[in-house]
Amino acid sequence: MTKKEEKSLDIPKQEVVDSEEMERTRDRRCYVPRTDIYETENEIVLIADVPGADEESLDISLEKGILTINAYVDEMAPEGFKRIYSEYESGDYKRGFKLSDEIDQSKIKAVVKNGELRLEMPKAEPAKAKKIKVKAA
Amino acid sequence: MYRIIRRPSIWREMDQLQREMNRLFAATEQEKFINSPGFPSINIWANEEGQFISAEMPGFTAEDIDIDATADTLTISGSRTMDESGEETRYHRNERGYGEFKRTIQLPFMIDTNSVKASFKNGVLAIHLQRAEADKPKKIAVKSA
Repeated sequence: MTKKEEKSLDIPKQEVVDSEEMERTRDRRCYVPRTDIYETENEIVLIADVPGADEESLDISLEKGILTINAYVDEMAPEGFKRIYSEYESGDYKRGFKLSDEIDQSKIKAVVKNGELRLEMPKAEPAKAKKIKVKAA
Repeated sequence: MYRIIRRPSIWREMDQLQREMNRLFAATEQEKFINSPGFPSINIWANEEGQFISAEMPGFTAEDIDIDATADTLTISGSRTMDESGEETRYHRNERGYGEFKRTIQLPFMIDTNSVKASFKNGVLAIHLQRAEADKPKKIAVKSA
């Protein structure tokens, strides 16, 4: 697929709906980052849009097979100015994914650049099939 | 002697009603977010000296973005490509957009095009514009006759 495809860049931001009755202690809004996930032969790549976050404000944790991405973004309002027109709100980002067993969880690599987070998750070596001999009793 | 007979027009009444409703909604809309006419969504801050425009553009690089400024408009354009996909690639989720974009913003006041400063950090584009000297509000003295 090398032809130049176009897909709408203008996707409105979606806020996180916390279904587990958990409240956030931070004062900021929390959004769901737009994510692309694709799988190649050797790895699964996850790309998430987290503008305003850098490597220090990103918190990625993997627990019991659940990958949680948390990005903390500070308010960037300039001093001495008054906001006269607003089309978006900036906020934190949070999203969780359940990883399948086929990923080698110790080799996950995370890189963030220009507000885009890339997670490269190499697939684990397939478990060797065990042959079980059946003995006639 | 001719008299001008003015018949009340229904359309005029409706027009007036429409205008009042628009005014009512416009007053409440100030806090809300208007459907942005294109990518990227922007926020504009202003004071007497100038303006500050911010836009969220994750995944772009500073070289991909072009900014053109005239005295009263600002045009932001650029493009973002998707990763190269090989033979074996299978997509599980495809939520991010990609392609080219171009957006022209009408500025609330005239700016000095020589002093436009733009920076791009962590996917957030920040543009600083100075107000044109000629456009600054001047104090007008009121003389009492």
